[in-house]
Amino acid sequence: MSRIAVRKTYKLYIGGKFPRSESGRTYEAEGQNVARASRKDARDAVQAARGAFPKWAGATPYNRGQVLYRLAEMMETRAADLSRSCSGRREVERAIDRVVWYAGWADKLPQVLGGSNPVAGPYFNFTAPEPTGVVAVLAPELPPLEGLVSRIAPVIVSGNTAVVVTSETRPLAALELAEAIATSDLPDGVVNLLTGYRSELGPILAAHMDVNAIDVTGAGGETTELEILAADNVKRVIRAGSEQSPWEISAFLESKTVWHPVGV
Amino acid sequence: MAAKSPATRAVPSPLEWEYAPAPEARDILALEDRYGLYIGGEQVAPRSRKWFPTISPATEEHLAEVALAGPRDVDLAVQAARGAFEGEWSALRPAERAKYLFRIARLIQERSRELAVAESLNGGKPIKESRDVDIPLAAAHFFYYAGWADKLEYAFPNRKPRPLGVAGQIIPWNFPLLMLSWKIAPALACGNTVVLKPAETTPLTALIFTDICRQAGLPAGVVNIITGDGSTGAHLVKHPDLDKVAFTGSTGVGKAIRRELAGTGVKLTLELGRKAANIIFDDCALDQAVEGVVHGIYFNQGHVCCAGSRLLVQESIYEPLVAKLKRRLRTIRVGDPLDKNTDLGAINSRMQLDRIRELVASGEGDGAEMYQPPCRLPERGYWFAPTVFTNVAQSSRIAQEEIFGPVLSVLTFRTPEEAVEKANNTPYGLSAGVWTEKGSRILWMAERLRAGVVWANTFNRFDPTSPFGGYKESGFGREGGLHGLEPYLRFDR
Amino acid sequence: MAQAQLLPRDLELPLDLRLPRVGSVDAVALEARAGELAKRSIKKGSKLAALDLAIRMMDLTTLEGADTPGKVSALCAKAMHPDPADPTIPSVAAVCVYPNLVAVAKSRLAGSGVRVASVATAFPSGQSPIDVKLADVREAVALGADEIDMVIDRGAFLSGRYAKLIDEIVRVKEACGSAHLKVILETGELGTYDNVRRASLLAIAAGANFIKTSTGKVTPAATLPVTLCMLEVIRDVHDETGRMIGMKPAGGIRTAKQAIQYLCVLNETLGTAWMTPELFRFGASSLLNDVLMQIRKQRTGSYQSGDYFTID
Repeated sequence: MSRIAVRKTYKLYIGGKFPRSESGRTYEAEGQNVARASRKDARDAVQAARGAFPKWAGATPYNRGQVLYRLAEMMETRAADLSRSCSGRREVERAIDRVVWYAGWADKLPQVLGGSNPVAGPYFNFTAPEPTGVVAVLAPELPPLEGLVSRIAPVIVSGNTAVVVTSETRPLAALELAEAIATSDLPDGVVNLLTGYRSELGPILAAHMDVNAIDVTGAGGETTELEILAADNVKRVIRAGSEQSPWEISAFLESKTVWHPVGV
Repeated sequence: MAAKSPATRAVPSPLEWEYAPAPEARDILALEDRYGLYIGGEQVAPRSRKWFPTISPATEEHLAEVALAGPRDVDLAVQAARGAFEGEWSALRPAERAKYLFRIARLIQERSRELAVAESLNGGKPIKESRDVDIPLAAAHFFYYAGWADKLEYAFPNRKPRPLGVAGQIIPWNFPLLMLSWKIAPALACGNTVVLKPAETTPLTALIFTDICRQAGLPAGVVNIITGDGSTGAHLVKHPDLDKVAFTGSTGVGKAIRRELAGTGVKLTLELGRKAANIIFDDCALDQAVEGVVHGIYFNQGHVCCAGSRLLVQESIYEPLVAKLKRRLRTIRVGDPLDKNTDLGAINSRMQLDRIRELVASGEGDGAEMYQPPCRLPERGYWFAPTVFTNVAQSSRIAQEEIFGPVLSVLTFRTPEEAVEKANNTPYGLSAGVWTEKGSRILWMAERLRAGVVWANTFNRFDPTSPFGGYKESGFGREGGLHGLEPYLRFDR
Repeated sequence: MAQAQLLPRDLELPLDLRLPRVGSVDAVALEARAGELAKRSIKKGSKLAALDLAIRMMDLTTLEGADTPGKVSALCAKAMHPDPADPTIPSVAAVCVYPNLVAVAKSRLAGSGVRVASVATAFPSGQSPIDVKLADVREAVALGADEIDMVIDRGAFLSGRYAKLIDEIVRVKEACGSAHLKVILETGELGTYDNVRRASLLAIAAGANFIKTSTGKVTPAATLPVTLCMLEVIRDVHDETGRMIGMKPAGGIRTAKQAIQYLCVLNETLGTAWMTPELFRFGASSLLNDVLMQIRKQRTGSYQSGDYFTID
């Protein structure tokens, strides 16, 4: 008699935990019942991300680089599971390599994007990049894993924390990734994953006053409504490319310039 | 031990020494009766057929009539800019483009006296500030960005920078020519053409600048200046043929522009403003900190978006600091902006004066203690005495809202953590100040303050090479330095 | 500062409690403020009043190895009647000489109201044993000096031996008797404004009536920022104790324009109470003629030539 498999229940990933949607709602995607995150789930995710921000932003770049590299290690371990959730082994490898690539940027950004400014006067003046805060990410629909990782990594490597709305039609890759994240050293709340309807969650996050930037790269086409909502707290609205690049990171950075007199 | 004090010794009558008036000569400035719009390299009458007067806020004296650009005028200006972008300007080699900017920098230097007088006359700011700060920095800004014009690929490794096209730019009235240079210099250096709208109350230096463009031989249509009011700005922002909008001004208008441009793909830079904290620790160099506080809030009548209007003082130094501050306030000379000894000039407009008065009244209503040094304010014109509020609650309107006037609110804190918490407790994040002699504390504070510019043991310093711009609701994008190029470029890769 | 304020103003207490907190000085901001005040534009009546005051505040000085009774006599004549052609020009405050020439100056100036100041304490280096310095002071006072300009032991100060510095000043003060004591810090050798501030406080604590920038033998001598720094100390001492200490910038002030800049700094830092020769002096040898030329220029409207003013 053949054994009946124990199936996985796919839930949200918020603040390092795997809750069901507080609304109790699910929707069916890829043959599974997936949590359909609500307004309150989005609120909880932003709260978790805000809570995690000071410590993650304050971690040393070396530490953040290692944590991201550790995430790549965990993904490698779970490569088989991840492969089943996306287009296959090749996509998983590209996703892992991308995480490794961004991991290496953590302690190089300030040298590439900042530096001292030769002001005309007795002052020392330097500009350093800083994370902008809590970033809402609308992940692309496809490719489900590589697309997701390509948007999350440049956001968090500099110290931002993320609330991610996953691919609506192909959410399982994100949920497999959540398990890799949960077993990596990424602090709870740095990455939060919401499955559900983008048309429902996007406007909630775009209007949320405690979200500092929204990445609409994966939103596809029409973003007018999101941009209007984002104006209320002068949210940064980012539409980026799909290539790996330090400029993908800089889109989620602020520049801070510090002056000090030079004298005896 | 100390000898008996000579304090009781009879002191022969000391000199009551008043400085005689020392007005800067006005005759260097020859104003026209009427200024048209500067479109396509020519001064033209507005199609709107509307004009409005521009005055001196110090005396309410009528200075000139200025065109009020309507939708048709805006359209013509954008067309002129588009034509120049698609024609001569883009065909020009970057090294040659640079030379026009160098020329403009030199012309501003050559005409600096005239520009300074115009700036003070039209805006109300003290001549010593327009002479020593605004105009030299405006020239420096053009000189700095001139050099970038043919070096852009070195600023962005592995990318191919390209100009955006036509930029619509709207500037405020607090630093008219300087803000013009912050907008036009990087835009032109990156190969764009511009339509710039000066503030309603301070069009004069921008109009003189059009003559500088003529003297520089700048190709027609590269720079277009359209004067007008808020409606002109609204028409400009809405124009469908812009590739870029840059705005410096109030947060409310900034948000409206953001909404207006939603979904258009037009690149946007916002430099908004608000309530900077200036934090004084008890180990600071006290007399210099007092100077910094004064410079932080009374510079340019407090009409500075990054003004240090919220003073956070460590309780252990509160009394001596406030005593020194009040005494220093008594030496501030308020009066004729054209007098070389004037420290505090006129408030820029009737509207701004009303707003300051309204907020100050609310401060008094909230139970804060107000101090103003004795000073005689002129009868005509718009004036407000330097003002300090003590006993201010963090929740008070004068501690939360931008007053944009010579009004300082003093609050206290006990520990560095509390200072950071209070300083960051605002939706804005343009600038902050820290005063302490302890190096490690400066760096600790600078790390934690969520603001685009942190001045440590100094305040309100600006330089073309230094990026400027805010966090959170203070806007996005940076102006100045290498960082100030990106908002005017697109990248092929 | 904060805790000291709780104490009654006239209470005698140990130094550290009586004095304002030592604090520190930011060089860039100090120099910026001095530069700002230097740009004050002084015209017309204000200018004439300032120039008149500058003369009344002047310590007309000659401190050369080649000084002779003849030279000092000529200087004294100039001090009493700076412009013989113009009786409205006031006398200077004092004539400042070496101890050997005090007697000459005293007799020439008798009855004029112009005081005799003498440098002492192994001027200009101060590198002599304390007994020699004290004898130097006593002699000068005995010869008739009304004011003593002493130098501090910069070696002691820069090596951190503040007690030695204070002891010396206290003992010199005793030796002065009724003569006024001006303490020269020689700011050009102190290296930082922080040191200038600290030395000023020590000198005042030890009993100085005036603090003075320089001997005139070291470059830089008086500068506008260093003077502002010292005036701020004087202001703090006054806030804290009520004592009014005088200030004397010396060396390098050669033009009427400079003198007016110093008066602006004084006016805006300490106010009109200090705008008197009792509390502010210029130590200068060549300033007087330029001030006289400027006064005549203001009055006549024509630029002047040095040929019309006596060189003494």
